[in-house]
Amino acid sequence: MNTLITLAGTRERAFFHIARIGKPLHSCRNSLQALALLCAAAVFTGPSPVAASESGLRLDTAPIQPTDVVSLQSGASTFANYCLNCHSASLMRWNRLMELGLTESQIKDNLMFASDKIGELMTVTIIRKEAKQAFGAVPPDLSVIARARGADWLYSYLRGFYRDPARPTGWNNAVFENVGMPNPMWQLQGERVRVEQTAKGEDGADHAHSAAAKSVKYEMAKPGSLTPVQYDETVRDLVNFLVYLGEPAATSRKQIGTLVLLFLLALWPLAYLLKREYWKDVH
Amino acid sequence: MAATEKPPVTGTGSVALDGVLTWVDQRFPLISTWKAHLAEYYAPKNFNFWYYFGSLAMLVLAIQIVTGIFLTMHYKPDANLAFASVEYIMREVPGGWIIRYMHSTGASAFFICIYLHMFRALLYGSYRSPRELMWIFGVLIYLLLMGEAFFGYLLPWGQMSYWGAQVIINLFSAIPLIGPDLSLWIRGDYVISDATLNRFFALHVIAIPLVLLGLVMAHLLALHEVGSNNPDGIEIKKNKDAKGVPLDGIPFHPYYTVKDILGVVVFMIVFVVIVFFAPEMGGYFLEYNNFVPADPLQTPAHIAPVWYFTPYYSILRAVPPLFNSQFPGVVAMGVSVMVLFLLPWLDRGAVKSIRYRGTHFKVALAAFVIVFLVLGYLGTEPITVWGQFGSWLGNADRATVVARICTVIYFAFFVLMPWYTKVDKTKPEPERVTFQ
Repeated sequence: MNTLITLAGTRERAFFHIARIGKPLHSCRNSLQALALLCAAAVFTGPSPVAASESGLRLDTAPIQPTDVVSLQSGASTFANYCLNCHSASLMRWNRLMELGLTESQIKDNLMFASDKIGELMTVTIIRKEAKQAFGAVPPDLSVIARARGADWLYSYLRGFYRDPARPTGWNNAVFENVGMPNPMWQLQGERVRVEQTAKGEDGADHAHSAAAKSVKYEMAKPGSLTPVQYDETVRDLVNFLVYLGEPAATSRKQIGTLVLLFLLALWPLAYLLKREYWKDVH
Repeated sequence: MAATEKPPVTGTGSVALDGVLTWVDQRFPLISTWKAHLAEYYAPKNFNFWYYFGSLAMLVLAIQIVTGIFLTMHYKPDANLAFASVEYIMREVPGGWIIRYMHSTGASAFFICIYLHMFRALLYGSYRSPRELMWIFGVLIYLLLMGEAFFGYLLPWGQMSYWGAQVIINLFSAIPLIGPDLSLWIRGDYVISDATLNRFFALHVIAIPLVLLGLVMAHLLALHEVGSNNPDGIEIKKNKDAKGVPLDGIPFHPYYTVKDILGVVVFMIVFVVIVFFAPEMGGYFLEYNNFVPADPLQTPAHIAPVWYFTPYYSILRAVPPLFNSQFPGVVAMGVSVMVLFLLPWLDRGAVKSIRYRGTHFKVALAAFVIVFLVLGYLGTEPITVWGQFGSWLGNADRATVVARICTVIYFAFFVLMPWYTKVDKTKPEPERVTFQ
């Protein structure tokens, strides 16, 4: 798997790691490139729906693909590098990631920065009290966050950060207003700022159907190390992984379900014929 | 030496098996029970679609008991461990997710079967004499099922578990005088806590299921005493042959056992599609907010009970408070369920089945079904879901106004029943059941 090569390079700069991103995506297959084009289309056709209005907030659809192992591996790497410092995933064991095509040593060498046993849970050493002081809230455990929030919310939220000097951390979020969490991937995404303007329709039809008198858009004040398209891909992979993390059995669930369903569908005509045979004598 | 004068069992095709069954039958009412409840229990031959849901409800009961037993093997009824133990079952216990999803889907499936089963009774007057006691047992089963679902829903210890239980238990504190003490007694603590979780676990896995099984037995015994109703609402026992067998009756076994097998297969197809492909059912069977661990310090913005309680929850919200007390709403909610007990005596119709009823009853039943569904939908949504009326109606929430109208219609269905069933222009019932 292509991603493994890049996973190997992640260990040294664990905390704010930027080197790996981009490479697996460049070398990825055509389907990903097609997805990238879709993302690009979404980005370049005006402000994202997330930022379109504060009241009737529309979330972006997360273009995730639960069976895309490369994307899941990439997401796992981003997760270990950027999320797992403050957030835990304490209901998940490291060695379960072998389902994603990783070997034990790959997981150990490239993803596990704080724990050393492969059978351990994905916990963090952050102290709850200090975290509460620093961010105003304890960073929640992310094991089932995708099941509580949904992929679209996460996808929009992780792309929704902007600079806000009024906030203690200097960051705010278009999806989750006044959230305590600063943008963990700011070096990748860059620093966006919020620009409010009265609606004159100067940048296209997107504002036309918005009832709000003033429109809000987000401008890139300081670009990050990734282009917006690459950043969207990174977040897509991360959200893909979070969805997997929420229910690791989901893929096998559907496979087993298909077999059970086929069995029952085969049983149906038999049950019907049995009934018809017996009921022949009822007049 | 034979204990009784019973004839030996024959006809199994195996001498050894005949011998074993004879041995048992001389010490236990084996053959007589088999005959009374299956092979010589004569059911009307004209059962239709609606008659599948009784046996399906029993199937779901069996599913719930078996999956429930396996869930208790890994579930921890402890406020600190409960949430994680459910995820442990979902992740680490082999096949645990199948068991858990079957149980969570089974809860909703149980209510679907029971609601359709009860609707069948409304359609064909199955609660009418001589089946009043069977109906009462049935309503008791329904009440217990609500209790079972309520206690069970706290166990995953998610936000909706916690705050849903908070809302329901607070209903009891609205009762004058004894309310606060009563809710304290239910919780076992001043807030919902570990003590509450433990007792709800005990009630969910032992107390209620025991009583439930007993009542299901009583429900079936009563049924087999008086015989099944049928879509024509006439008594098949009125027309018997020389041997005393109803002319329109067929032995439950094998005819209805093979027919119910067909029903079971079709039901299981639907069940399996949900369990394996949509276990959350868009947030209706497993609420999204219940994937957030219970947090006593953070009230969710929108608390909604699971769908099967929402019609009653809507009635609760629809009734305005009196002297700052929610008690009238609580009473309305309680009465809205309890009134079902009175159904056999409220219905004064000349016929039982909707096939021979007049327009009055048909309109009333249709209105009842519609308001039940509308109330059910509104109960899942915040009251602001449809916005507000203009100032001409005091800016009232549209959903609240609609829920109030629906609540009035809900109660009118029962209160006016003696009148509209009596004045209804019914058609004459046939002498024999309609078949093919």
